[in-house]
Amino acid sequence: MCRIGAIKSLNYVHPSMALQLMQSQQKGHDNSGFAMVMQDLGGIFEPYKTLPTLSMACTAEGIKMAEDILHEIGFYRVMQWSPEVNDKPGLDINAMPHYVFETFNYPRSYKKSTQKEKEELLLDTRLRLRKALEKDQEGFVYSFWPDLLTLKEIGDPRDIGTYFNLWQANTTFTAKVITAQCRQNTNYDIVRYAAHPFHLQGYTALANGENTFYLKNKEFQQQLHRGYIGFESDSQCFLYTLHYVHRELGWPLSYYKHVVTPLPFDEIDARQERKQLLAIRQSLAHLEINGPNTIIGMLPDNTLFTCCDAKKLRPVVVGYDDETVVISSEVCGINEVLPDRNWENDIYPNEREIVVINDELEVQRWKQ
Amino acid sequence: METMKVNHLTANDLPWKIRYDAGRCTLCGSCVATCSFRAIRPKVERRRMVFSEGDLPEPKARFSAVPVIRQGTSIRDYCRGCAMCEKVCPNDAIRPERNIDTRHPIVTRCLGGDSIKRGGRKNLEGAVRTLDRLRVGRISQMTDPSLDAQRHSFDLLAPFGRILPPGRLPFIAGTDQGMNLGELTPPVNWVYPVIIGDMSIGALSWRMWEAVAMATAYLNEECGLPVRMCSGEGGVPRRLLRSKYLKYMILQIASGHFGWNRIATSMPDMIEDPAGILIKIGQGAKPGDGGLLQAGKVAEHIQAIRGVPKTDLLSPPNHQGLYSIEESVQKMFLSLNAAFKFRVPVAIKVAASATSVSVFNNLVRDPYNIVGGFFLDGIDGGTGAAHEVSLDHTGHPIVSKLRDCYLAAVTQGRQGQIPLWAAGGLGKTGDLAADAFKMICLGANGVFTGKLILQMAGCVGNDMGRCNACNTGLCPAGITTQEPQLVRRLDPDRVAQNIVNYYLAMDQELKKLMAPIGNSTLPVGRADALVSTDRAVAERLKIQHVC
Repeated sequence: MCRIGAIKSLNYVHPSMALQLMQSQQKGHDNSGFAMVMQDLGGIFEPYKTLPTLSMACTAEGIKMAEDILHEIGFYRVMQWSPEVNDKPGLDINAMPHYVFETFNYPRSYKKSTQKEKEELLLDTRLRLRKALEKDQEGFVYSFWPDLLTLKEIGDPRDIGTYFNLWQANTTFTAKVITAQCRQNTNYDIVRYAAHPFHLQGYTALANGENTFYLKNKEFQQQLHRGYIGFESDSQCFLYTLHYVHRELGWPLSYYKHVVTPLPFDEIDARQERKQLLAIRQSLAHLEINGPNTIIGMLPDNTLFTCCDAKKLRPVVVGYDDETVVISSEVCGINEVLPDRNWENDIYPNEREIVVINDELEVQRWKQ
Repeated sequence: METMKVNHLTANDLPWKIRYDAGRCTLCGSCVATCSFRAIRPKVERRRMVFSEGDLPEPKARFSAVPVIRQGTSIRDYCRGCAMCEKVCPNDAIRPERNIDTRHPIVTRCLGGDSIKRGGRKNLEGAVRTLDRLRVGRISQMTDPSLDAQRHSFDLLAPFGRILPPGRLPFIAGTDQGMNLGELTPPVNWVYPVIIGDMSIGALSWRMWEAVAMATAYLNEECGLPVRMCSGEGGVPRRLLRSKYLKYMILQIASGHFGWNRIATSMPDMIEDPAGILIKIGQGAKPGDGGLLQAGKVAEHIQAIRGVPKTDLLSPPNHQGLYSIEESVQKMFLSLNAAFKFRVPVAIKVAASATSVSVFNNLVRDPYNIVGGFFLDGIDGGTGAAHEVSLDHTGHPIVSKLRDCYLAAVTQGRQGQIPLWAAGGLGKTGDLAADAFKMICLGANGVFTGKLILQMAGCVGNDMGRCNACNTGLCPAGITTQEPQLVRRLDPDRVAQNIVNYYLAMDQELKKLMAPIGNSTLPVGRADALVSTDRAVAERLKIQHVC
């Protein structure tokens, strides 16, 4: 079984908090990996909020290939950081030789470009890097986006934490939003790209579950957008649908739930907005999900949310205090990182709501 | 000396032989009265009995005249194997027996000089059906739980109508994070995924057609299943056109346009819109051929509904003046859409063919968004009347063709925009839920069925040449006849009850198929749920091969 978690705080937090959140749920996952996406970065990345950071695990040749491509396009590096690794014997980790977090400035030719043009460039660049490095397994390009970085590795999460020195909190490597997951994909091949969270143009999603409409989703999404690739995991479909609905179609977030788990027809009929809801259900029938699922999503504006499948077949709980909100598959994770919160305020979202945490840390429950 | 004539027809030349036991027969006459084909008749036989009464053999002969039942040997009035005689015989004294040595296909053509016509469906049985080579093999276990067919709720509905791609939905931002639809969108009705296929008044007896209409209304009003029935090309009774039940009917227009005068003149009196319009271009059982209602079935009420004299009614193979797909879209679809002020979805029905994907591609790319469904009918579909050579030898199986159309849509990212509906031999084994479910997994939004509905009503015809006499107007079950005394054999209430019960059973069975794969809505295109032990089938349909 998979376990997922997310932390959103008014203060910068260190990934050790995410490790603690996930470690307490250890019985629920199989210690086969650790992956996280950090957004709204602090520490050494804080001065570069508008510039894209490349997150990559690769060989030495991979670094060279990637830098050549980036230089060819015109990106120039302004900052580079690699975690100091602790490669002590006996660690259960299937590590890549290099972990690269590099921040770049945009090509000079993009000086007058719009934000959207820049965002398309970042996506195209990431796709090109991924393709180039994929060929000879020279590396994995997880994200290339401003104020966001991704780390994914195969192995025991405890040992991965030890390897990257993540257990010891510090102020250099922090973020205000961290999403994390501790398990490699079991349905398909174990590859790093298959580990949640997934990221695309500022949108991040991770899920606990099984999307039984994977094939339907995948066949539809493949034609929708050039960025919808990979499909190493059935949960990538949740991200692509989020990206499509919110960014490509420009619909409010509340409609995401109507797309992935539409209301039954008789309930739609009883709604005032039935025309819209029916139109959505019709036109996006192939993006509906089935099976047991809990989804955590993160938007470019740092909004964090969670929702479940239509039968509420997977757990999730939201706990919070004045400064931090935590979403977790199991409440024990929240007890670990927010032991002093008022647990009576914990939210156990039902099958027909989205719990949304905005950047002011306001927790809202939206009924579908 | 000439002892016999080779070309005299005997029972041995016919497809069925009557087995008759004179010793059990009470001469009640029920069988003769029942046989609508006049294939048996009473006859007096001369019998000779040789006997001896004394101690020594002294043979004497006694002659007697004995009344018996005898099989006729005409190619016009011959036994169709319907076994109504057996059904009514109180003593099990009579029954038809299949004659494997039949010369019927040859002698009928030799004597008649005309093509053989019949009803039913393709009677040339080959290997195991493709659908029976598929199994629902992707079962939810552990990581994703199976659902409970009894306790969980399921959405078993399919679209009828043109669906816009999401990017073309005319949404405008509303207040409070909401959106409003800015302009009119094509009408879409969500209906039960098994439509009762198009069988006309004329092809069916009025009692049968009425029974189907009653079942449809009952399923909607009492059972909560939004089942739709297609009228077939033969018009609709005015009473129904003016009633609230019209909303459950899909009106068909085919190349003969039979019945449309009444429909058009009834429009001002309609209090409900019909569920849809189905333009029939072709039919799986006799592709490339139009409808056929032989004069024998054109009774007075049929003449009235269709506005025709008593004559053979042949719908042309093509719609007059329709020479291209583009024209069908621009003219027929537009005029029918306009007739109901764009409130009623209009769909097209074609026979499956090697060219179906091209036709589908043309329709799905139409810029007007007015084609509301692609009904694809395969070679195993049934018919009330057709030339046997068409029935047996023309057409295309439905399974791979439906899959091809779906995958063509997938390649273009247009799946779901024109709903796909499939038919043609579905439910042939009596299990429509399984066939429908597998077709849905392969990409159909729903299926439609006709022949099976007749079998629910009591049709005894089968695909091994039994009965198949729907074209004669002598249907022994009162289903496809206009003869009052035959029609009275059919109890419409009972037929409606059978249809309703079959649908209720099928509804449960569909849920029993959805639950183990963990789906609460129809798994349209979920080919990953299917497996096949046949490698060729698996490769052709792009599903998993298992062994």
